[in-house]
Amino acid sequence: MSEPLHFVEIRHAQKSFGAVEVLKDISLNVERGQIVGIIGSSGSGKSTLLRAINDLDPLTGGEIWLDGVQVNKALPHRQYEKHINAMRQQVGMVFQHFNLFPHMTARENVTMAPKLLKGLSQSDADKLAEEQLDKVGMLERIDYYPSQLSGGQKQRVAIARALAMKPKMMLFDEATSALDPELVEEVNLVMKKLAEEHMTMIIVTHEMDFAASVCDRVLFMDKGIVVEEGPPEILFKNPSKERTREFLRKHIEGAK
Amino acid sequence: MDFDLMLKVYPFFLEAALTTIVLSVLTAILGLFCGALGAAARLSRFALLRFAGAAYVSLFRGTPALLQLFILYFGGPQIGIQLDAFEAGVIGLGINAGAYMTETIRGSIISIDKGQREAARTLGLSRWQATYKVILPQAARLMVRPLGVNLNMLVKATALVAAISVVELTYTAQRYIGSTYKPFEMFLLAGVLYMIIIYAVGRGVAWLDRKVQIT
Repeated sequence: MSEPLHFVEIRHAQKSFGAVEVLKDISLNVERGQIVGIIGSSGSGKSTLLRAINDLDPLTGGEIWLDGVQVNKALPHRQYEKHINAMRQQVGMVFQHFNLFPHMTARENVTMAPKLLKGLSQSDADKLAEEQLDKVGMLERIDYYPSQLSGGQKQRVAIARALAMKPKMMLFDEATSALDPELVEEVNLVMKKLAEEHMTMIIVTHEMDFAASVCDRVLFMDKGIVVEEGPPEILFKNPSKERTREFLRKHIEGAK
Repeated sequence: MDFDLMLKVYPFFLEAALTTIVLSVLTAILGLFCGALGAAARLSRFALLRFAGAAYVSLFRGTPALLQLFILYFGGPQIGIQLDAFEAGVIGLGINAGAYMTETIRGSIISIDKGQREAARTLGLSRWQATYKVILPQAARLMVRPLGVNLNMLVKATALVAAISVVELTYTAQRYIGSTYKPFEMFLLAGVLYMIIIYAVGRGVAWLDRKVQIT
């Protein structure tokens, strides 16, 4: 295979769960600093594609390249584990259900991995936690446990936790879908801030307005394929495919 | 009811209760050790270990503990295992308790949301790092109460070693019945002492459970 030309390259991604094919030959390139949104109904494969990028859901076919290195390369088990752990340190991920560690404070959630994997001293780790939690507006809750935080606050801490590893890119898997409507905005603001700093991001979302406002490019997925992709002003206002139009009609009307 | 007799013999019962306590503690330690190993095997990546763990659990939960003690103590010498009654009691009951604890520990571990492991792995933690930093601290808090139930059962199961003549509470009661012909009083005395031990265990477990909870 040829050397990658793009920051992220997904080449002919294919994924089956048993007999069900959830990703059908998807290819996608993302440039450094780009923000790509993925929309589509549930079951379209958008989360699976996102989770394939850091190998949470390993592909059954195809290749994923990040910054010149193949993520899912064939290696013996032990070597692969080492390789994938190193790759994952470069890719931050934010989940729908936050997945904060409930037995750790916000500070500990943020510092655990940098201390363990990068050998940060406690004082450096504390500085890092303050810096990252400040960035997401959670500094004053630094010693709170997740159970003492609202959903939006939890998600902001989860973003800080991912950023603390200084990732090259961030993956957002429906980061605001589990939040009460009034808490969505505070998380969106943090993501917008990252966008302004030119963090490379791939965002799976149900929020069309948000996708339209931050993404450079939006993909519409359906039944395991990318039906249509383009800049948001074209994809949302003037989609060329009937399936896209139908989805947007349902979704935007449904939201009103 | 012969209270005078009970007052006269109870110091010997206290001594026997001490044996029951020591037996329980040693059995609990061995049981926890076997349970941790068993749970690790049951949750292993390797099919052979998973099979071994499952076989251990079904073998020791699928046969009477009394029979297991008999096999170890009476049958052991035939295959070269020479143990005194106390040793056989601790080892037999400990391995038996370990089978129950295996399921308790495994249950607590698998009840942790899989998103926890995923979050740890996406940060770059290895499988083992995710287990000991994220999964086990949460599972340990969950397993205190159910392990307390195992411990309660275990204390009562120590009565079984009377059948291989370990001089603990139940055996002592039987022995005094032989000389006094007062089974009601003797068993009652043993029962009260068992209850006190079990009550203390229950309080200890409740205290530990409160202590490990997250705010």
